Amino acid sequence: MNLTLKVWRQQGPSTPGRFETYEAKGVSEHISFLEMLDGVNERLLGEGKEPIAFEHDCREGICGTCSMVINGEPHGPVKGTTACQLHMRMFSDGNVITIEPWRARAFPIIKDLVVDRSAFDRIIQKGGFISANAGSAPDGNAVPIPKPDADAAFEAAACIGCGACVAACPNGSAMLFVGAKVSHLGHLPQGQPERDLRALGMVQQADAELFGNCTNHYECGEHCPKEIDVKVIAEMNRDFVRAAIRAEEPKQVAGSG
Amino acid sequence: MKLDAKIPSGPVQQKWDKHRFEMKLINPANKRKYRVIVVGSGLAGGSAAASLAELGYNVECVTYHDSPRRAHSIAAQGGINAAKNYQNDGDSVWRLFYDTVKGGDFRAREANVYRLAQVSAAIIDQCVAQGVPFAREYGGLLDNRSFGGAQVSRTFYARGQTGQQLLLGCYAALSRQIASGKVKMRNREEVLDIVVEGGRARGIVTRNLVTGKITTSAADAVVLATGGYANVFYLSTNAKACNATAVVRAWRRGAGFANPCFTQIPPTCIPVTDEHASKTTLMSESLRNDGRVWVPLKTGEKRAPGQIPESERDYYLERRYPSFGNLAPRDISSRAAKVVCDEGRGVGPTGRGVYLDFADAIKRLGKNAISAKYGNLFDMYRNISGEDPYEVPMRIYPAPHYTMGGLWVDYNLMTTVPGLYAIGEANFSDHGANRLGASALMQGLADGYFVLPYTIGDFLASAGPSKLTADAPCFAAVQKETEDRTKRLLSIGGKQSPDSFHIRLGKVMWERCGMARNRAGLEQALVEIPKIRDEFWKDLRVVGSGTELNQTLEKAGRVADFLEFAELMCLDALEREESCGGHFREEYQTSEGEAVRNDETFAHSAIWEWQEGGKRPIRHKEELEFENVHLATRSYK
Repeated sequence: MNLTLKVWRQQGPSTPGRFETYEAKGVSEHISFLEMLDGVNERLLGEGKEPIAFEHDCREGICGTCSMVINGEPHGPVKGTTACQLHMRMFSDGNVITIEPWRARAFPIIKDLVVDRSAFDRIIQKGGFISANAGSAPDGNAVPIPKPDADAAFEAAACIGCGACVAACPNGSAMLFVGAKVSHLGHLPQGQPERDLRALGMVQQADAELFGNCTNHYECGEHCPKEIDVKVIAEMNRDFVRAAIRAEEPKQVAGSG
Repeated sequence: MKLDAKIPSGPVQQKWDKHRFEMKLINPANKRKYRVIVVGSGLAGGSAAASLAELGYNVECVTYHDSPRRAHSIAAQGGINAAKNYQNDGDSVWRLFYDTVKGGDFRAREANVYRLAQVSAAIIDQCVAQGVPFAREYGGLLDNRSFGGAQVSRTFYARGQTGQQLLLGCYAALSRQIASGKVKMRNREEVLDIVVEGGRARGIVTRNLVTGKITTSAADAVVLATGGYANVFYLSTNAKACNATAVVRAWRRGAGFANPCFTQIPPTCIPVTDEHASKTTLMSESLRNDGRVWVPLKTGEKRAPGQIPESERDYYLERRYPSFGNLAPRDISSRAAKVVCDEGRGVGPTGRGVYLDFADAIKRLGKNAISAKYGNLFDMYRNISGEDPYEVPMRIYPAPHYTMGGLWVDYNLMTTVPGLYAIGEANFSDHGANRLGASALMQGLADGYFVLPYTIGDFLASAGPSKLTADAPCFAAVQKETEDRTKRLLSIGGKQSPDSFHIRLGKVMWERCGMARNRAGLEQALVEIPKIRDEFWKDLRVVGSGTELNQTLEKAGRVADFLEFAELMCLDALEREESCGGHFREEYQTSEGEAVRNDETFAHSAIWEWQEGGKRPIRHKEELEFENVHLATRSYK
């Protein structure tokens, strides 16, 4: 099939960007979307032009590196699919395809389709963990975890940290990402001791990184390649409010006994 | 090159305890005087960086990814082994040790493998404490499943995303140390060389992938956790950026490289149907529990699989290996697939594929049962191939996946360069000539959480601080070499892209040094590879500059190192005149096509020492002694 691509090109963070039009000819329906872009890049290189910079790595839909908005939708038109797992059989001859980077204040563009998502790492650093030094753990079966809790934790833990939720949200909010981690650890007994600190720390950091607020558009859940349920946002809000109230209560002072 | 494996004396069960007692300790206040650089942030690197920081060392962790949560450990599906014996089915440290040595076709070091089995249980405990959501039974206890090469259920898993969940646990631990200031995380930086001076590793040279700036960093020890080299084949199940640059550079700086020809090519990958394919995808080998593998009896069969009657099908694994059938080990199943495709009986558009048919299982158990067991794998297959495996048989074909060879390390995981360590897939130590399923995750985390944090202290306590800072002349010299090399890649001004060279190299390696190798083919490869390499340095095209994000330049550097490394692999394959594990030399097989190992001559690891001026590397040996697991021929008939 033959396609017309309108691709966002931007040399660096502070230079203005623009759409460039490229023809992709003779594209096989059996290849992936990124392999189609590889082909365009090989041709550009052959013409002595700079290839389109885009991020990708595992190409199996799990590392969360690939990040592009295809025809206005993060990761493209297929639900529950990363851009790397999108195949060209979803398109047809003559299609015009627009390709853009994630657009969000908290994800500055580095070059072309590559953005800086380090804000996500900084949010995790504010409490998206359980403090357990290597060697200090009790036996893995010491604390039984009811299967529904373990399953709920897993559902939320499936987040790949790609940032599609932010790119999909009209407010550029990271609440699905934050909620997924708060929910994952909050469903496990091991996550309880730091539950309050986690909710407070991560939400405050998301604000500091200039992610927007959630106003219930649910675009995040709609475009999440791992189909994380938006209910994690409600769970996070609950944890945050409870933690905020508890933080204002006077601290219990331990007895000297 | 001096090879001292430093295996502690005494019975294998007591070696690690004894060694831990004998190793020198550094008191907590002094640990903060030492700086350790960890290269890579997968399971091995991430766990090592976090654990060393927890102990009090100052750690710098370098990754070329945008975040330490992306390394390819994340793509592992099946699970992680541990000798917990939670299933009460007779598992033990000894059995895991035995299975691993045997599965590795007796080419691994017993003492290391035993220690791996010993620490395996603590890994599960650690991961549970971090909040890894392992699969559980209704009673709330951990669930297990069985995997190839073992008769007990010792594999822990988190649906089909075990690698992801373990890596996120490790990333969380690392994030906590980054927040505490004990780990300085350096994202989007690629290590391009190692600085060795006065017989000790002193630091690294890196390129910032965003600014292009090449800088040096000094440390008291350097740990390479940079993964395997399966991308030398171009098409592999590895992530696109996986590369051998750090280990090749370390090799050139004096680290011995062990058994580079030991590569693993499992049978259950989705076949490539288009010449523009950029990688292959592995599906869990658990599919072979219910799928039957077959090809048509006739060559050039054109009918659809459903139209081919039973009498005209060849269930070749069941025919050749009646007792193991479709569950024959990875290396054996892969070679059998190659044989039938070489005979012209392969299926699919390219003729390089075999059927994995679930029709019988669906008839026996019902579609729902199959969907509950393999639903996500069936979806993945449908997504990639566009075919519905509930209706038509899957097509599978082997593809490179894991590399057992790597930098030689002693019992302490130190390479032949003092102060330079290699952990995880980057080293050679535990899997011999063939790795069992669910053991890669185990080894990466064992090295990072429970082995390196002890052994590195012993070295630092004896050797003391390095005292060289990054402004020492030895750093400037290596930095200049790196800058010159980068400039050279940018200035060749030829016509061919890095990928086009990589694809050509991959074809040579796949044909000559893939599932089956022979003398003539390897000798031919040793002629072809230098030719491609010469052409690369004359006709490479990289556009853009070195002072910005330039993905073509990154690729070019990695391909240049693969072109060098490929030759070493072929050399090793040529010299190892036996068939063992993933290394099958066609000259050494029985009349029925089974591998013939030669323990008389080759019960050793081969360690290659780099030579200046393009001279042939020198082959050294570490003799392997099997005091606990007796040498025997693997048979699956």
